[in-house]
Amino acid sequence: MFDIDNINEIWQTIARNKTRSLLTAFGVFWGIFILVILLACGNGFDNGLRSQIEGFATNSTFLITTPTTEAYKGYQKGRNWDVNMSDIEAIEKKIKGVDKVSPIFSQWTYNGENNVFYGTKGGNFSLKGVIPNYNEIDRCKVLYGRFINETDIVEARKVCVLGKKAYEDIIGTDKNPLGLMIKANGIYYHVVGVIEAYNNKVSISGSINETIILPLTTMQIAYNTGDKFDFFMFTTARGYNTKDLQTEVKNLLRERHDISPTDEGAFVCFDFEEMFTMFEYLFLGIKILIWIVGIGTLLSGVVGVSNIMLVTIKERTREIGVRRALGAKPSIIIRQVMAESLLLTILAGIVGLVLGVAIMAVVSGFVGNTPSDDVMFLDPQIGFGAAIAASIIVMLSGLLAGVLPAIRAIQIKAIDAIREE
Amino acid sequence: MIKLENINKTYFGAQPLHVLKGINLDVTEGELVSIMGASGSGKSTLLNILGILDNYDEGDYYLAGKLVKNLSENQAAEFRNKLIGFIFQSFNLIPFKTALENVALPLFYQGVNRKKRNTMAMEYLERFGLKDWAEHYPNELSGGQKQRVSIARALVTSPKIILADEPTGALDSKTSAEVMQILREVNATGITMVIVTHERGIANLTRKIVHLKDGIIESIEENDPDKMDFTKEIK
Repeated sequence: MFDIDNINEIWQTIARNKTRSLLTAFGVFWGIFILVILLACGNGFDNGLRSQIEGFATNSTFLITTPTTEAYKGYQKGRNWDVNMSDIEAIEKKIKGVDKVSPIFSQWTYNGENNVFYGTKGGNFSLKGVIPNYNEIDRCKVLYGRFINETDIVEARKVCVLGKKAYEDIIGTDKNPLGLMIKANGIYYHVVGVIEAYNNKVSISGSINETIILPLTTMQIAYNTGDKFDFFMFTTARGYNTKDLQTEVKNLLRERHDISPTDEGAFVCFDFEEMFTMFEYLFLGIKILIWIVGIGTLLSGVVGVSNIMLVTIKERTREIGVRRALGAKPSIIIRQVMAESLLLTILAGIVGLVLGVAIMAVVSGFVGNTPSDDVMFLDPQIGFGAAIAASIIVMLSGLLAGVLPAIRAIQIKAIDAIREE
Repeated sequence: MIKLENINKTYFGAQPLHVLKGINLDVTEGELVSIMGASGSGKSTLLNILGILDNYDEGDYYLAGKLVKNLSENQAAEFRNKLIGFIFQSFNLIPFKTALENVALPLFYQGVNRKKRNTMAMEYLERFGLKDWAEHYPNELSGGQKQRVSIARALVTSPKIILADEPTGALDSKTSAEVMQILREVNATGITMVIVTHERGIANLTRKIVHLKDGIIESIEENDPDKMDFTKEIK
């Protein structure tokens, strides 16, 4: 279809009316350009939002106990209760589909006074007692040393892992923190590691960067709470339903703590999966909207091409008639008209695509592609797949734009050329 | 070469118009025939049918021994391309193509490759003294030159017949004479030629003059153009 002669034929007709061809092509150019810009911006927001939740297990549920709201088995309502280590074991053993269960002991920072010190330098940070699998749910980057390990738990060692900000504030970045002793709420701990959160937007009881992480058992001894803790998180194994698991976990806890089977108020359950699913739908919605708007713009460009081509065909009645008289078959005429519209559209589309990608590359250079706390816009570029899709759409729209003019063109008979007017 | 048997053609409009009412005509190979008639006599319709640009309702049309009837668009295009060369009153050159490209166009539709096409087109332009004008566009040519380009275009495919529709209609008398001279020379090489005209002077240069009136052939006049001094008679 695209040998040199045909290209010449097509190019002659396009180049014959430069202004008109240019204006016609502009519609398609603009459509693709806008589509690329929109897609890239959509990706920018998508990346930005995703970077904020990076590292956090999206299939996790957070459960905290609250006073009971129903009287049951002789207990008054309003009774305080706590989960303990044997509950965790029971959940792990009895409920299929729970992947990881992670108990958390949290000591909130109160009254804003400095509670953590290295030497004379101090800061106000919360303390968190965890077990090693915490790092698999709320993942962190380990900057120095290591995270809490199993031995720390078993031996209830007095070690700690510092959040990045705690490290910077009380020790300072110029010093290797490993092996140093810090004092937190009056007790000394060995620093075994420094961690940084992947994101600062999703966290449990305060940003990990501003937290001192301790072994759970150490903290239970230090605060004399036995085997109790404040709350726990669990993740759903692949193929299981989080909502079902939540019900099972709650039922198990009710049974074990003599809570009424109908008491929903005894827990506060926070479902991260639900939240993240909402995010996903939001992203999806934005994406669909972008494609609709983009393709709509492109479509108006296509209608423009089609419209102008129809006028052109009308003006070229005699020329086409002559071609028919000289032996051009209908298929040749169709091919030529289609090829004209295709070439015009593809050229315009490529220019739009390239310009759009180039502009967004520049914008991306300004915005940067590393996450930061306050920028919700990250690396706004379109992917290879989207670029291919856009190119295919351009081609299809070129063909689409050519259909009506081609039909009109083959209705022109050779005899029309001869009719003297 | 051309054999028409009882050709009938009616245009169905608000008022059906019976344009051709049984045309019988034989044109043998190498003949130079003119068709004369007043406007409305059906001569253009007849030419359209001869050129396979239009259908007819009744009768049979044989062109070079082949029955031309109920052809598909593709077949008609192929017949036109291979068997017929057209010369039009208003030349019908494609304005954005050079003289050379215009002449080469029918070969393009035959699928002849570019190099061969241009060589052949150049040969024909040369034959009609237009070699130096090959790269010019039609609007840079005079009427006579344009008609010579279109004659070259009609001949480039070596057709069996040439159909000319008022070939001198848009030309002055001197140029008309030149063009007619060229057509006669082309005919002398053995190509059958049918010229539609309403000018007696033009018809006088042909060997057979078909007089058409109200859709029927009124008379066929034998003529000897060599007895005419065409330069004086032409207008």
